[in-house]
Amino acid sequence: MAEFQEDTIAAVATAMAPSGIGIVRISGQDAFAVADRIYRGKKEKKLKEQKANTIHYGWIEENGQTLDEVLVMLMKAPHSYTGEDTVEIDCHGGILAVRRVLEAVCRNGARPAEPGEFTKRAFLNGRIDMSQAEAVMDIISAKNEYALKSSLNQLKGSIRQVIEDIRKKLIYEIARIESALDDPEHMSLDGYGEELSPVVKEQKQKIERLLEKSDQGKLMQEGIKTVIVGKPNAGKSSLLNLLAGEEKAIVTDIAGTTRDVVEETVNIQGITLRILDTAGIRESSDQVEKIGIERAKEHAMDADLILYVADSSVPLDENDREILRMISRKKAIILLNKSDLEPVLESKELEKYANAPILSISAKEREGLEELEARIREMFFQGDISFNDEIYITNARQKKALEDARKSLEYVENSIENQMPEDFYSIDLMGAYEALGTILGENLGEDLVNEIFSKFCTGK
Amino acid sequence: MSVIEEFYDIAVIGAGHAGCEAALAGARLGLSVILFTVSVDSIALMPCNPNIGGTSKGHLVREIDALGGEMGKNIDKTFIQSKMLNKSKGPAVHSLRAQADKSEYSRSMRRVLENTDNLTIKQAEVSELMVEDGICRGVKTVSGAVYHSKAVVLCTGVYLNARCIYGDVSTYTGPNGLQAATHLTDSLKKCGIEMFRFKTGTPARIDRRSIDFSKMEEQKGDDRVVPFSFSTDPETVQIDQVSCWLTYTNEKTHEIIRENLDRSPLYSGMIHGTGPRYCPSIEDKVVKFADKNRHQVFLEPEGLYTNEMYVGGMSSSLPEDVQDAMYHSVAGLEHAKIVRNAYAIEYDCINPVQLSATLEFKKIKGLFSGGQFNGSSGYEEAAAQGLIAGINAAMEIQGREPLILDRSEAYIGVLIDDLVTKETHEPYRMMTSRAEYRLLLRQDNADLRLRKYGYQVGLINEEQYQAILKKKKQIEQEIERVEHTFVGMSEEVQKLLKDKNSTPLNSGSSLAELIRRPELDYAALAPIDPDRPQLPFDVQEQVSINIKYAGYIRRQLKQVEQFRKMESKKIPEDLDYDQVGSLRIEAVQKLKEYRPLNIGQASRISGVSPADISVLLVYLESRQKKGTGI
Repeated sequence: MAEFQEDTIAAVATAMAPSGIGIVRISGQDAFAVADRIYRGKKEKKLKEQKANTIHYGWIEENGQTLDEVLVMLMKAPHSYTGEDTVEIDCHGGILAVRRVLEAVCRNGARPAEPGEFTKRAFLNGRIDMSQAEAVMDIISAKNEYALKSSLNQLKGSIRQVIEDIRKKLIYEIARIESALDDPEHMSLDGYGEELSPVVKEQKQKIERLLEKSDQGKLMQEGIKTVIVGKPNAGKSSLLNLLAGEEKAIVTDIAGTTRDVVEETVNIQGITLRILDTAGIRESSDQVEKIGIERAKEHAMDADLILYVADSSVPLDENDREILRMISRKKAIILLNKSDLEPVLESKELEKYANAPILSISAKEREGLEELEARIREMFFQGDISFNDEIYITNARQKKALEDARKSLEYVENSIENQMPEDFYSIDLMGAYEALGTILGENLGEDLVNEIFSKFCTGK
Repeated sequence: MSVIEEFYDIAVIGAGHAGCEAALAGARLGLSVILFTVSVDSIALMPCNPNIGGTSKGHLVREIDALGGEMGKNIDKTFIQSKMLNKSKGPAVHSLRAQADKSEYSRSMRRVLENTDNLTIKQAEVSELMVEDGICRGVKTVSGAVYHSKAVVLCTGVYLNARCIYGDVSTYTGPNGLQAATHLTDSLKKCGIEMFRFKTGTPARIDRRSIDFSKMEEQKGDDRVVPFSFSTDPETVQIDQVSCWLTYTNEKTHEIIRENLDRSPLYSGMIHGTGPRYCPSIEDKVVKFADKNRHQVFLEPEGLYTNEMYVGGMSSSLPEDVQDAMYHSVAGLEHAKIVRNAYAIEYDCINPVQLSATLEFKKIKGLFSGGQFNGSSGYEEAAAQGLIAGINAAMEIQGREPLILDRSEAYIGVLIDDLVTKETHEPYRMMTSRAEYRLLLRQDNADLRLRKYGYQVGLINEEQYQAILKKKKQIEQEIERVEHTFVGMSEEVQKLLKDKNSTPLNSGSSLAELIRRPELDYAALAPIDPDRPQLPFDVQEQVSINIKYAGYIRRQLKQVEQFRKMESKKIPEDLDYDQVGSLRIEAVQKLKEYRPLNIGQASRISGVSPADISVLLVYLESRQKKGTGI
């Protein structure tokens, strides 16, 4: 089986907790070599020359830039979890540093691990008992399902659109070349290289912009998914504006103003929250509003944390009770808003229905914000709320795919520059098309053949 | 009632391009073969286009030849024009295409068959397969005659329940009015074989004397003809060639077609079969590409001893009077006399996923098939499959390892792998874009890739095999020499570079580096390479290509390495996918249907995800360690 395990793989081995320490694990025959490319210790000695089962203090550096201060633990085959040479890098600089180290590792000879791949290798190398085979298969398939779902869900719509656009342009050009190659007497490619050149340049630039975004963590929707729910006009949008520190959501006195979901990423003392302001929940006959309400409920079901804004100036009604039922199984904070107005609803009333913490705030008067932030932090550090950390490895995988695509397009540019025949262009254009497809979870299938037949008239 | 009862090793049903290769392979490997055809006069018939080869199909012919098949040799004997297509492109897409003298092609192949030992030709319609307990034991004909055999190869082409249609006229015949085979489909269905119904079509044939060639562009063959077969002496193919002619449809043509679309059986629903998108009828082109105001039309001679010309690009199933008007609207065809009308043809074929990569039915031992019957199209695709099916029928009977070429070795490998692992919804045509490693699968190196397999099987003799080993060695040695021979900035070198519009040297360079310059190649450097040994042209060609495209070739070789790892992991034939926990239901269904031979093949089946592959690997490992299933 060893033939399937020649790649060296990497992933974050710890949950992405804010504890400050995160471990990047590298496994495979080049694990030491990969680590050596980016590790600088106090002494000159390479990690490769160090003894197994030792720990070393030093820095991770890339292109002269220090990414983090780390402890590196070395394990040699077969004495590791996977049974392969393994290097574990303990990062100290928090979530961001862990991510940067992982990406550096992936740029220096390792590839991002597939979901469940460490477990798979451990099993295949006899590190996990045969009787556990079924459990191992379950883990692999569950993790894959989860990863696929999360990577597709978390890929921002706008990013998906850009990638789809690039792919559309590429497949058209590939189909054009291939049609001409298939049917040289019908189609000519004279001067085609000059035509293709700007197209490739443009697509490459788009990919580069995506790569910049991925460096800034903007490809994926990261952070704790925090959903604000409540009845119409309870002050949800005001709360979002308060947390975000600027006017993002429309705030009026008219109930039902937020009909779609407004999203904002907010950093609260080092913790990233992805806050979604949703439509107010109430019985409605308005079709558009209904859709908004449905969406609000879906997001709430999927949330890591729910902020339920209750209007303390009006009594509880059936709508509130529905929301309370909805949040009963989720991590939530109840906010009694409009503490500046005459209170009608007391926290005691709410306690009957929920066991979530209740805070009194006035979004309008900006009161109670500090308490809310402190509460969120507390919940996070106690581990009450966490988020999908699959996202970091997904991000690394996507980045790798983008880099692969860029490299393929560079090959195309080289081929054009060196006046290679056109059939060489399409090979690397296809490479880029395939790499981008992995981000969208799409296989090649019959894409090209379909494109050729739908766009180009060929054949006898 | 007494009936005829005979015994053979292999029975081949159908004597088209697939059947001929299958029968020849079996007989040449020492087995007794009976070849059935509905008409001996239609052996190796070319009922559609009068040419062999073309893009990617030329590759197939070369590969057939390298393995010891007949098609390349036969076209070399009977071609009347030849062209290397895509010559201005990279070597991977150079493709040979030759216009054939159709009746000579057919006659010549018949002569070869008739003079092959162990080979019996029989004119009869096979009506029934004799299958017992999942093993095929022979065939019966309509007259009740019984032919026992150890293997059967089905190559029925477009003849099963064939129906030809134009306008509202339809006849239940095969191509050219030949007798269709109307009984076998029922027998196949009884054996549990899933059938498809496909459709294809052919254009009209026109009397050459009625064509005004002055309105057309002449299309000549190459000055220097390259033969298809590696065993043909190139000097013997430098013949006087005939020309083809190019003209175009126009707005008037399109108008005639559009006005009569309601009379087309394709649009009226009279035709049910699935047609090929790559070979659209002229009415399809006009509808789908409405913005194009003209389409190319090639007039190609059908042979030296006939006046019939094939109207390439204008296949149709429109009614006779519309065809007449439509053809007459084309420049040069104003007074054309139509000898044969264009028509569409519907026929029964199989869903090829029922076959394994050996082209044997997974569920019926001893039953093989090839050609259009397998859902492909084209003479070359058919011949390639026929050859492999014939070889593997023989291998099975002789108790030897089957011949399976993979996607990194041959277009034939790509063709068969696509057929047996992808869902086919239209007749399958080979295309260079289907070969992911096409830089390695060139038509110029088919012998270097495949002769060894032909030799192992027994269709290539010792002498031919030794020749290829020698060629390989010469290529390797010369590449080595050229990589390590350096030239300085001598006057002679700089002058040669200047003459070739190449930048002069600033420092010393290896000959190989110079060859890699776009404007140079191996031959061009002869004057500054005094130690160059005398080498045959084909060796020089390989040296040049391998050096010039070394970077690209290296990258593909690396990909092939990855690919091979997946292919080498075999899946046991008896694997019960229901027992593999954690596979998604869709994956289980697909894997059960396709029964892939290895992990690589499994990964290409649509509906099987990478996670399923991981799960499968873990399962196989645990099964292997335990000796049996979990």
